[in-house]
Amino acid sequence: MSGLLEREIGFLDALRSAGLTVSLAEVLDATRAMGAVDLMAREEFRHALAACVLKRPAHRTTFDTLFDLWFPAATGDSLASSYDGLDELGDAEAGDEASPPDTAALRDLLRRLLLEGDEDKLRRFAREVVSGLGRADGQPGRQNWFSYRVLRQLSPETLMASLLEALLAGQERGGLAERVARQTVTERIRQFQEMVESEVRRRLAEDRGVEQLTKTAVHPLAEQVDFLRASRDDMAELRRQVFPLARRLATRLTARRRLGRSGRLDFRRTVRASLGTGGVPLVTHHRPHKPHKPELVVLCDVSGSVAGFAHFTLMLAYALSEQFTKVRAFAFIDTCDEVTRFFTPGGDVAEALSRMSSEAQLVWFDGHSDYGHSIETFAERYPDAVGPRTSLLILGDARNNYRATGAHTLRQLVQRSRHAYWLNPEPAAYWASGDSATAQYADVIDMVEVRNAVQLEEFVQRLLPV
Amino acid sequence: MLQPQFASVPDVQERLGAVGYLTDTAIATTVFLADRLGKPLLVEGPAGVGKTELAKAVAAATGSELIRLQCYEGLDESRALYEWNYKKQLLRIQASKDDDSWDAIHDDVFAEEFLLSRPLLTAIRRTDPTVLLIDETDKADVEVEGLLLEVLSDFQVTIPELGTITASRRPLVFLTSNATRELSEALKRRCLYLHLDYPDAEREKAIVLRRVPEVAEQLAEQLVRTVRALRSLELKKSPSLAESIDWARTLVALGLDTLDEDAVKSTLGVVLKHASDHERAATQLKLN
Repeated sequence: MSGLLEREIGFLDALRSAGLTVSLAEVLDATRAMGAVDLMAREEFRHALAACVLKRPAHRTTFDTLFDLWFPAATGDSLASSYDGLDELGDAEAGDEASPPDTAALRDLLRRLLLEGDEDKLRRFAREVVSGLGRADGQPGRQNWFSYRVLRQLSPETLMASLLEALLAGQERGGLAERVARQTVTERIRQFQEMVESEVRRRLAEDRGVEQLTKTAVHPLAEQVDFLRASRDDMAELRRQVFPLARRLATRLTARRRLGRSGRLDFRRTVRASLGTGGVPLVTHHRPHKPHKPELVVLCDVSGSVAGFAHFTLMLAYALSEQFTKVRAFAFIDTCDEVTRFFTPGGDVAEALSRMSSEAQLVWFDGHSDYGHSIETFAERYPDAVGPRTSLLILGDARNNYRATGAHTLRQLVQRSRHAYWLNPEPAAYWASGDSATAQYADVIDMVEVRNAVQLEEFVQRLLPV
Repeated sequence: MLQPQFASVPDVQERLGAVGYLTDTAIATTVFLADRLGKPLLVEGPAGVGKTELAKAVAAATGSELIRLQCYEGLDESRALYEWNYKKQLLRIQASKDDDSWDAIHDDVFAEEFLLSRPLLTAIRRTDPTVLLIDETDKADVEVEGLLLEVLSDFQVTIPELGTITASRRPLVFLTSNATRELSEALKRRCLYLHLDYPDAEREKAIVLRRVPEVAEQLAEQLVRTVRALRSLELKKSPSLAESIDWARTLVALGLDTLDEDAVKSTLGVVLKHASDHERAATQLKLN
């Protein structure tokens, strides 16, 4: 038992170093839970631990990755397989250790398994192929394991066409049926890739020790991924979080407003309520304050490097649009154009973004960021955009390709507005290096580092008035 | 005090299945632990995946009474915990004869008889098996969480005039939340946590078949796959399990036995509730 306990504590410790908070009370709960469930049923054990220490859905992937490392389902080479298809595979391998496994046969088997969609079989298959294909001998006595070796040889994505064919079974292509089938296949292939990756991690952990691998195995949480380094998957994940995030911000705001001082006495309601206590006004009622709603003007750099950040922030601004009297959006690369018209209320923001990049007039000269010219154009063409009720937000990394900065015009804009902030997705340490004009701009406007969704959330909370 | 109702995880699965709630290992294990450790269970997840239904199913499976506290903005102690019946107290004082001493009246007025018990207190005082459902906890104000802390960690309520009332039998507590706001760490720490997400394809199909027995298996399979394809689009509101079930009902009512493009086009309103989502789905699935 003590071995198990140590393992558990080590695991919870690893969770902590991956950024989850696990309190002592939760450790105690988890230990109690281990006594209550059947430890031989691995899934029960996993969910029992999860119920005690996991308190946010976003942490789930981290938890699962680490759980598979610390409590692997099997050790060493996998057990003799007992499945029909896998039997052949096992024989083929056992027959001739030296010869490389037959890739074509493996691909064929994979195709069959993907079509069936049986998770257990697929997982066993992943285990087999990793020990067959993923091994590379490193230094003497040590082995390396690579998932890309496996995935390159099997290249499951290339099976897509034939799988689609089989799933559609003669129905016509191009329509709803194909889309649905494609979704199913993509999901299964991704599942298989994840299985291979987790299997490789397991083999590595056996070789090198869990503690070492723990440090590298965990992806950062989506909300903490830097905008500038976010992969396409990360961005998609972030976009999915826009609406929940906006809703969370809005609720928090209403709560703050309610907690703030209430307004003038509501005489009618107070008297009405006093009837319940024999005419004595024990409780006074007040009218709520009218919340102050600012106008928001967003001026954003949508050139390649910072586009992801700009898109995310724009989406958030529109998801929050009921918190503002008006939202106007302007985009620029080396010249500036109003893009408000693409964002209709209740419309689809993702589509608005794609229309924006294809239809708006954003390039004037060479398509490289030119903050100076863009700011000048903005001030010249939309003189009425910024007024005393406006909160002005500028989004961009201020990498100006050594051009004129237009800081003077910006100063005038800032003076005219109620608030003005510059959100910079670059780490503050890189500001004012190279062609960054941060130093010039920081003199005239508050510059805020917003590297990830968490920081953006904090900023929006500060921006929205009570 | 603790009287577990379930023997093991498979037992949970079986008994919830018997009352029509199909579980996976995660749900069954967490419910089992909540029962065994006597801790409240916080269930979070998107709307329409069966959070409230889970509490109801557990109540039905264990033969407990379900006591429900629906949270909303402005919910306070007097509506969650207990309240003194003002009017009755006033009547009692007015009806008292002159020779009654104040002490006697005072003791009398703050007696059991004048106490209006609200859901939390009711659940704690019951001696029969009870399931307490605190629904949409995130809608309540932050102060209510403070109120819940005492109730959920020690299962006791302190009424100044009557003293502390401790549960003689712990109710099984379910809290549900749509995560519109982050609940406080203190509350989360006192609870077990279950994130209910959209079910996997197998389970979703089983649930649809279970809830709408008239639907053919082939059609259910198609429907579940289509709904999953819809979920993979970036929609404002992804269709959830409740929508899948509604959709199946609609198709049955319309007498459709296959989900082809025309059928989807004419019934898409059942699953997607925003005009923009509608358009997006139509273009992406090439329905036009």
